[in-house]
Amino acid sequence: MTATLTPAPVEGPSIAANARGYVERVRGGDMGALPAVFGLVVLCAVFAFLRPSFLTSGNFANLFTQGAAVTVIAMGLVFVLLLGEIDLSAGFASGVCAAVLAILLTEQGMPWYVAVGAAILTGTVIGGVIGTLVAKLGIPSFVVTLAAFLGFQGLVLLLVKGGTNISIRDETILAISNKYLPPVLGWALLVVGVAAYAGLQLLRARKRAGRGLTADPISLIAVRVGALAVLGGLAVHFLNLERSRNAAVVSLKGVPVVVPIIVVLLLVLTFVLRRTSFGRHLYAVGGSAEAARRAGINVDRMKISAFMICSTMAALGGVIAASRASSVDPNTGGSNVLLYAVGAAVIGGTSLFGGKGRVLDAILGGAVVAVIENGMGLMGYSSGVKYIVTGSVLLLAASVDAFSRKRAAATGMR
Amino acid sequence: MTPVLELRGIDKSFGPVQVLHDVAFSVHPGEVTALVGDNGAGKSTLVKCVGGIHPIDSGEYLFEGRPVQVGSPREAAALGIEIVYQDLALCDNLDIVQNMFLGREHKRGIVLDEDTMEEMAARTLEGLSVRTVKSIRQHVSSLSGGQRQTVAIAKAVLWNSKIVILDEPTAALGVAQTAQVLELVRRLADQGLAVVLISHNMNDVFAVSDRIAALYLGRMAAQVKTSDVTHAQVVELITSGRSGDLGLTNGVPA
Repeated sequence: MTATLTPAPVEGPSIAANARGYVERVRGGDMGALPAVFGLVVLCAVFAFLRPSFLTSGNFANLFTQGAAVTVIAMGLVFVLLLGEIDLSAGFASGVCAAVLAILLTEQGMPWYVAVGAAILTGTVIGGVIGTLVAKLGIPSFVVTLAAFLGFQGLVLLLVKGGTNISIRDETILAISNKYLPPVLGWALLVVGVAAYAGLQLLRARKRAGRGLTADPISLIAVRVGALAVLGGLAVHFLNLERSRNAAVVSLKGVPVVVPIIVVLLLVLTFVLRRTSFGRHLYAVGGSAEAARRAGINVDRMKISAFMICSTMAALGGVIAASRASSVDPNTGGSNVLLYAVGAAVIGGTSLFGGKGRVLDAILGGAVVAVIENGMGLMGYSSGVKYIVTGSVLLLAASVDAFSRKRAAATGMR
Repeated sequence: MTPVLELRGIDKSFGPVQVLHDVAFSVHPGEVTALVGDNGAGKSTLVKCVGGIHPIDSGEYLFEGRPVQVGSPREAAALGIEIVYQDLALCDNLDIVQNMFLGREHKRGIVLDEDTMEEMAARTLEGLSVRTVKSIRQHVSSLSGGQRQTVAIAKAVLWNSKIVILDEPTAALGVAQTAQVLELVRRLADQGLAVVLISHNMNDVFAVSDRIAALYLGRMAAQVKTSDVTHAQVVELITSGRSGDLGLTNGVPA
């Protein structure tokens, strides 16, 4: 576009115009969550074809509990990645927090809420320390968190006394990953959620139209709400099917408790990123730290808070992991957890170069990672093969990220 | 007409190096004042002193006739002084509205008031007769150099500013875009703002400015009406500090 352009014809707010805008963005290199959605569909189709058991309700529910911890850690990592930084210690930070939880629950006999509070606080403090080292001392986050990665690995070992396994018996904690909502409650939550989404969208469109601003057309809102209702409805329906082998003895059906927890986290974090000045400033710092500084934004404070949010989410991930394993051991949050989490965020479309990413991306990416892990497990592949495949997928996602940046530069979008 | 900004006897040193010697500089509302000078003459330092980035060592800083202390960019902005730097300081990954309000977002409670910001941004751009952008929700990364400059200037104007200082706004632009930005500069002054234009380009200076202030080795060689001088005289002022009766005699003002 040249600067001498005459007034551009104002495109009417229609579905067609929105779709055209989207295609233009994708062509320009801004692929967003497209690779993740595409990958998810392909992977599910392949696994469903090769192993019909992949499609059972039992396995579907498994996917959620399997991927939950990694997804929650990835949601936190998005905040750090948005600034163009990285947190390699998030995995073992979640391990440390899980160990704190386990020790308070078992050795100290504390109630679950105190233990969870302490675990979350531990995460926040860890993030504060890492963020301060990165922002105030100017040590590259890669180095600080690599050091913390090793340090926390040792700390978990010390906390659980050299490799013993602390089992968790608290009902509430165990419920997170091992209990399910009553089917009716699952449906009720979905209806409320979809209705609230539709209401908010309509309200916003009406308010904007009332002020003479371009608003989303009703048809587009209908499509969005419809898609949410259909996808959510299908998920709830499948999760509400009986999946116990012997339903007479014990009934197993309903949405896993961890699902609404993740949805709430998604809503809160998305609100923070998109609707508050804090979120706006995070994107600004990730886009251009110098521009943000000149706009009067305290860049150091933004960095420290991003690391605090990341480690706090890691703590929640640790609690969920502890619930799923019903125990905490030196390997909680270890081995592949961190790489899976970084992979989830990047596969979802969060840029490693900063300034671009959404919390929802982490969930989509987390779903991809969980499907790979789960599907390959069903196929009977060894851990070795799983690691290699997941590593390749992470590399692929990072290449897509780098490629779309180049493409954006070539088309003048950046 | 009283100048909106008047500096008298400004001295500024960085350690043993004195960069500004006894500089007087005034800026009038409704006028474009071109600040010219060779590299190292002290243009940037002078502007940074005005913008509160560097504290002045001595001298008087009068804003609308009142002596003021400007100790930080925030204090300068509070007075209504905005500086548009050469590298623009825009975030590529944010859209036009988001950039214009960066760091000064309108909020309702803790929620960003996007609608009000969008309206204000649209009104400001309209007031500047900017119609080249397709949508103000476009990411800045998709804009041309001239459009970016326009957004940066609109950002400065948004805050009911009284003085807008532009640091080489046309340095990186093509012919058509330069013309467009100069037109915008002229329009700002016509709306009653005081505009300071730092430029190396004599054509630009003569095209839009009402007054020319020439710095030479940290001293104000002359501040004259553009209509009273010729191209060649200004070049002489820049390169040797004097031209005929104008300028410095033996390194000090006549």
